[in-house]
Amino acid sequence: MTDPAEIGISTRSSEAEASRRSRVLMKGNEAIAEAAIQAGCDAYFGYPITPQAELLEWMARRMPELGRVFVQAESELGAINMALGAAATGARVMVSSSSPGISLMAEAMSYMAGSGTPMVLVNVMRAGPGLGGIGPSQSDYFQATKGHGHGDYRVPVLAPASIGEAMELMATAFELAERYRTPAMVVVDGVLGQAMEPVELRFRNPERHAFDWALTGAAGRPARIIKSIDLVPEVLEKRNIALQRKYAEIARQEVRWATECMDDAEYVLVAYGTAARVARSAIEKARARGIKAGLFRPITLWPFPSRELARVARHAHAILAVELSSGQMVEDVRLAVEGRCPVGFHGRMGGLVPTPDEVVGALKALHGKVERTREHERDQQQKRHAGRHEGQSGNHRAAVAGPPERTRRAEADTRAGMREGGER
Amino acid sequence: MTLNPNPELPVGAGAPRLVYRKPDVLADRSTHYCPGCGHGIIHRLLAEVMTELDLPAHTIAVAPVGCAVFAYDYLNVDFVEAPHGRAPAVATGIRRVRPEAFVLTYQGDGDLAAIGTAEIVHAAARGERITAIFVNNGIYGMTGGQMAPTTLLGQRTTSSPNGRDAALMGYPIRITEMLAQLPGVTYAARGSVADASLIGKLKAMIKRACLVQIEGGGFSLVEALSNCPVGWGMTPQESLEHLKGPVVEVYPLGVIVDRGTTAASGRGVVGAAPPPAPEPGSSTGPEA
Repeated sequence: MTDPAEIGISTRSSEAEASRRSRVLMKGNEAIAEAAIQAGCDAYFGYPITPQAELLEWMARRMPELGRVFVQAESELGAINMALGAAATGARVMVSSSSPGISLMAEAMSYMAGSGTPMVLVNVMRAGPGLGGIGPSQSDYFQATKGHGHGDYRVPVLAPASIGEAMELMATAFELAERYRTPAMVVVDGVLGQAMEPVELRFRNPERHAFDWALTGAAGRPARIIKSIDLVPEVLEKRNIALQRKYAEIARQEVRWATECMDDAEYVLVAYGTAARVARSAIEKARARGIKAGLFRPITLWPFPSRELARVARHAHAILAVELSSGQMVEDVRLAVEGRCPVGFHGRMGGLVPTPDEVVGALKALHGKVERTREHERDQQQKRHAGRHEGQSGNHRAAVAGPPERTRRAEADTRAGMREGGER
Repeated sequence: MTLNPNPELPVGAGAPRLVYRKPDVLADRSTHYCPGCGHGIIHRLLAEVMTELDLPAHTIAVAPVGCAVFAYDYLNVDFVEAPHGRAPAVATGIRRVRPEAFVLTYQGDGDLAAIGTAEIVHAAARGERITAIFVNNGIYGMTGGQMAPTTLLGQRTTSSPNGRDAALMGYPIRITEMLAQLPGVTYAARGSVADASLIGKLKAMIKRACLVQIEGGGFSLVEALSNCPVGWGMTPQESLEHLKGPVVEVYPLGVIVDRGTTAASGRGVVGAAPPPAPEPGSSTGPEA
């Protein structure tokens, strides 16, 4: 474990101390933990699991030093329910785990979403299903973005692609959780948890607001109740409608994404986290081989930057999603693209990370198919054009409307083929 | 008729004297509990003790899943709902960030002794400075009277229609005795709502458990044996007789452990205010 003092983080690290050594080498798990501490985390509850154990260890050492709360719970169930209790009093609270432990936390996540209890949850994703392995993975995308536990709910999900970005997003996660009274998730894969990178010790402690819902003891005011139960269907539906309004507001306000090399890009790689790092290297290599590739990187996995990606898809020749999974985010990519261009996929599972060369290979295959299709379409169009000039007697409307319709059908057929071809 | 607001003052001959007053912390509404159910009595005892110890304004309570899921509708204190069985973990979180609060959990036997065994055992093992009220009526009442971990051998329930068979369904669990072995448990006792005298004793136990927390002790727990006339298929009167007979044979009444608050004071509660000095002569060791 890194000694906090050695890298300029002292027991009471001040801004001056932090800025003195502006760039230090930090392990992802430890940097995330420190960023949470500097973001004002009052209480941390955890349970050991690889590959996030260093996060818990950092908290075990630092939180008591600062007079804050650290509890190693009896299970992930225990940890997240402790978080629920602490958060209900208005404290700034965090838990962390890795995939199997996050599954155990699904129950309380649902309760916290239902009762409007803010909390930050970090998932350092490992390979599944089941006990799976301890290698890096992004196979919890569905779990994170599609609701996780039972009931109609969502949580904001932030996916950093570097340790430095993870540190910044910890503060954002607390802001989102408190602003919208919701659990918020930060997902990183095992690579980002375990790797060391130079980071700037720049932290952000989001402003605190007085909560009119926090349980503090009912002195001089009516008692407060934090709950999700309502046995009257009409009332429960109203609660649900209010929740959905909140999610719509989050979807409007909180979408985050980044793009790279997109100005002239014809082929767009969509990837987050470590996959985006791989994609970045692949883009360089692809450009060297004449394929104009760019990167679209979702930072919020929910809300997914659908509108922004749709705009990109309008001008792209094709999109290739790259993930450390069997293809989970690619479903949201296709929903966003809505057939505007072909969508391919490349991924690895089991704790493996695709290499840039693999991605370039997948991109070249996609590029080849798209180019052949475009060539074919150009030929067809020319033939049709020539045919119309020969016939002269064609219905004017059909002549105008016909070809584009046929082109759309041809495109659709190609897309169907592309999906098969694009997947491994 | 006007009542004498202060029963301590002498009153004139024939003047009405206040002998019963609903504690303010008890909400002015009827409960959803079935006729003859013991939950109402236990709610009232809690309300009386909390009032006597001036706790309501400082209390953060945790409601369970089960018949007492709506406890927050009847006790006017800050309440948070816990997932099934997780109340001791939720209470731990509250305790750690609110050292000054009075933290209370209220759980049934399915909640505490089945789905929540890990949470109760480890909250007790950590010696969390919280008070747990454990209502044991030997059945899952809210879901329609299924077998609980505490159901007696031979007892018929909707999920043990031929009676609980030890060979297939195991034995009733005496979890309070199990918990009492943990050094983190300062006080553990078992009372009953079966009659007025036992109710008085149960109240004394609840009061002691609350005082343990106020005095800076560790984990305190009171198991209240209660009845479920509907789930047991008995009249309220029969259920109380059953409670005094076969139930007590398996779950003996009394204080199981009282380690006093001296030894437990000030253990490892992060950020906790130093606990007040323990009262001289606080009892140690089992009384029953």
